[in-house]
Amino acid sequence: MVSFVSGAYILAGLLFIFALAGLSKHETARRGNAFGMAGMGLALVATLLLVLDYLTNDLIADKASIWVGLAIILVTGTVGAVIGIRLARGVEMTGMPELIAMMHSFVGLAAVLVGYNTYIEVASFGGHADAVHNGEVFIGVFIGAVTFTGSVVANLKLSAKMKSAPVTLPGRHLLNLGILVASLVLMVWFMNADGWSGLAPLVLMTILALVLGFHLVAAIGGGDMPVVVSMLNSYSGWAAAAAGFMLSNDLLIITGALVGSSGAILSYIMCTAMNRSFISVIAGGFGSDGVVSGEARDYGEHREIQADEVAELLAGASSVVITPGYGMAVAQAQYPVAEMTRKLRERGVDVRFGIHPVAGRLPGHMNVLLAEAKVPYDIVLEMDEVNDDFPSTDVVLVIGANDTVNPAALEEPGSPIAGMPVLEVWNAHDVIVFKRSMATGYAGVQNPLFFKDNTQMLFGDAKDKVNEIVAALDSRVGVS
Amino acid sequence: MRIGIPRESRPGETLVAATAKTASQLAALGYDVVVEQGAGAAADQPDGAFADAGVRVVAGDEVWSSDVVVKVNAPTDDEIGRLRPGATVISLMAPARSPELVERLVAQGVTALAMDAVPRISRAQSMDVLSSMANVAGYRAVIEAAHEFGRLFTGQVTAAGKVPPARVFVVGAGVAGLAAIGAAGSLGAIVRAFDVRPEVAEQVESMGAQFVTVDMEQEVSTDGYAKEMTAEQEAATAAMYAEEARAADIVITTALIPGRPAPQLVNAETVAAMRPGSVVVDMAAANGGNVAATVRDQRVVTDNGVTVLGYTDLAGRLAAQTSQLYGTNIVNLLKLLTPGKDGVLTLDMDDVVQRGIAVTREGELMWPPPPVQVSAAPAAPVAETGPGVPAPVEKTPPDPRRRLYAAGLAAVAFLALATSAPVSFLPSLTVFVLAVVIGFYVIGNVHHALHTPLMSVTNAISGIIVVGAILQAPVDNLAVQLIAGVAILLASINVFGGFLVTRRMLNMFQKG
Repeated sequence: MVSFVSGAYILAGLLFIFALAGLSKHETARRGNAFGMAGMGLALVATLLLVLDYLTNDLIADKASIWVGLAIILVTGTVGAVIGIRLARGVEMTGMPELIAMMHSFVGLAAVLVGYNTYIEVASFGGHADAVHNGEVFIGVFIGAVTFTGSVVANLKLSAKMKSAPVTLPGRHLLNLGILVASLVLMVWFMNADGWSGLAPLVLMTILALVLGFHLVAAIGGGDMPVVVSMLNSYSGWAAAAAGFMLSNDLLIITGALVGSSGAILSYIMCTAMNRSFISVIAGGFGSDGVVSGEARDYGEHREIQADEVAELLAGASSVVITPGYGMAVAQAQYPVAEMTRKLRERGVDVRFGIHPVAGRLPGHMNVLLAEAKVPYDIVLEMDEVNDDFPSTDVVLVIGANDTVNPAALEEPGSPIAGMPVLEVWNAHDVIVFKRSMATGYAGVQNPLFFKDNTQMLFGDAKDKVNEIVAALDSRVGVS
Repeated sequence: MRIGIPRESRPGETLVAATAKTASQLAALGYDVVVEQGAGAAADQPDGAFADAGVRVVAGDEVWSSDVVVKVNAPTDDEIGRLRPGATVISLMAPARSPELVERLVAQGVTALAMDAVPRISRAQSMDVLSSMANVAGYRAVIEAAHEFGRLFTGQVTAAGKVPPARVFVVGAGVAGLAAIGAAGSLGAIVRAFDVRPEVAEQVESMGAQFVTVDMEQEVSTDGYAKEMTAEQEAATAAMYAEEARAADIVITTALIPGRPAPQLVNAETVAAMRPGSVVVDMAAANGGNVAATVRDQRVVTDNGVTVLGYTDLAGRLAAQTSQLYGTNIVNLLKLLTPGKDGVLTLDMDDVVQRGIAVTREGELMWPPPPVQVSAAPAAPVAETGPGVPAPVEKTPPDPRRRLYAAGLAAVAFLALATSAPVSFLPSLTVFVLAVVIGFYVIGNVHHALHTPLMSVTNAISGIIVVGAILQAPVDNLAVQLIAGVAILLASINVFGGFLVTRRMLNMFQKG
């Protein structure tokens, strides 16, 4: 039976690899997800068989506790499944980042619990586990705890229950380093402790790790959330892998390592997109220690435009690029934007979307919102695909984006966002910026784009304004 | 206050200073707008259209007695005489070249604002009539040329033989030149363009034309040979003009030097060498012309059959469009002059735009205005190197060998760790390392749009920790069993929620 289960685990591991590979293209993405489900199903069935197998062999003498265990598995598993399904059904696409952050915290907490269980199991026999095994438990609990509080903070920040501005304590880097060093010392203590005497260092470390997770993410501002979420994703994978080490379970190791490395790569892609080192994002405090340059500089005056004039401009254009940002998600403007896109495409206007890699609060956030509103994915392009086309574009609509379209990133070396690749919308013939007011973006940097000759500002709620444009487009159909 | 829009008195003028649309926009600023009978007739703006827009159509006297009179051409002596003292007149004036006009305006005691004196700063671009008119004129120049040209612009392969595309050469890539390039290009011609400012090459190319460069020895010296270099450069440029003009079917010249007669770029010899049927449009005809054979406002056919057009009313030939643009420029100016939107015109002499266009103020001579700094851009580099802003620190590129050393150190550290670890640990480590590498490669080329589904699916997969918890559930220790139960609960939320939400998202993505 053990061999059968091992075989099933290998198959499940392969299915997970296929799942991730399938997710890299639209055409195969759904199949990839199906592979993932199949892998998970196989793993669960094999594991249950293994538990049932305990009834027939003598590994666990007390048969009653096996039945209790089975009952616990079925009850908690069913309850968890019901909650998970309800969450998945009910979530708004704009609330995706919060949900994913929350789910990361579950994995983190589960890893902590599994780690404690492993320790208690050994300690309650009064036995002395070998130092390596103790180390595995320790690391697993540490990563799990950091993931747990980090994800909780990320969830609170994303759902605006906590201020998204970075919390910058004095000497925060020293604080983080201190926790790491203290945890290392505790680890040495724990590795050499017998029986219950190891509980003290384990609990101490857990508290420290919880504080570390909280502090790490609290120090990162809302603008860096895409990186943070994918970083936490990576952490949750490493936590699962650490659990695999302590349980000597290869499936957990494979899967955890897959998730961990894929999350790390994703974070790295995000960081490259912002032209910032991974370390500086993790260390947090973006926009707080940079010199906010040009604040006092006179950029000139901006020009205002009204919705009906925008409609006129759009109707006369032959190519339009829309660059959405987090503001579109906040205003829930994706449906009117999709409606406007459909109307313009019916008129033969070439409408495309340009997505900055860090637009929104989650990697690919904008794509999901646009897909929800039924914008065909083949007109939703990446920054690099669309940047060269701006000079031949008639109108660019900047909806709720600011720092990702800021020319200061390329033109002002002193700017905190200097060097970050941005959507070069200002090369287009006309740029319309949808904005609530003239306030600065997340990075606190003034945006010279707003003062360019070819830029006009459309003030107000993005959703209302886009609706007005759609209405104006309709009335034009009536006239012509 | 009342704004009057008179009928233009210049013979042959087709333009009007306000269309029905812009007149109603003026009215929205709080003004009482009146239009002279027949003012817009030549610009497809019949009196009825004004009346429909709620603008009163009145006789000339009421217009000229208005508080503000808005015209296209500079007012004649007779017209100035009809203005009330203290009234404001807004029109094209060319104040630098018309001292008598300025004198008359002073004598009449009026306020005169010259639309063609709007400073070329970004903020004032929406009032820049010269740009809007040059744009229309550039387009019209191509249309006039196409009308005279006996061939198609676009190249075609037909059953009756191949039609070569027309070759158009545009000199001067200002607003008019760029508009001409765009119009000629969209008719299908092959467009080449030249400008003495090499920095406009990018704009020329963005309009779809090829930028012509002057071939010459680039022996740039900075110490005193500038004059000879210029002479040499001039000769090379002249040779290029001759060569390009001879190869072209259509030549459109737009070269103007502010305050001076237009430079002669195409000499009689070059025109004589052009193919019969070729067309030259000289858009600088009003200032003397860029082409030797140009006669102002005339169509001239040379002995060798080249048509030379010296029209100066190109913008006026698209009267409806030009009037609309001119009218919009006027509306933008009056928006600036009417900060309260209450129909009261207030001049603020501290504002560079308003100061720049003011020729007279209630009989007081204001011309010429102090020079305006055209752009804030030159100030920016100064600010960057100024004492307040620290200069960007030059980052020295990291030594490429550093990476190699780091990798070597990591390998040694890893080997040390592996050697000291128990043998039972190593198979797990092998699996772990290989899985990390696979994860790395599998994710490396994910489509950017799928980042969110990818994260939610990896999130679901990391719920695999449920397997660990399940294995702990049957042990004979109730505390462990209960803790395992909580872990199963949490992890299974992830498993089911993660996969379902991924499926929900993926179902939304659809191809157009």
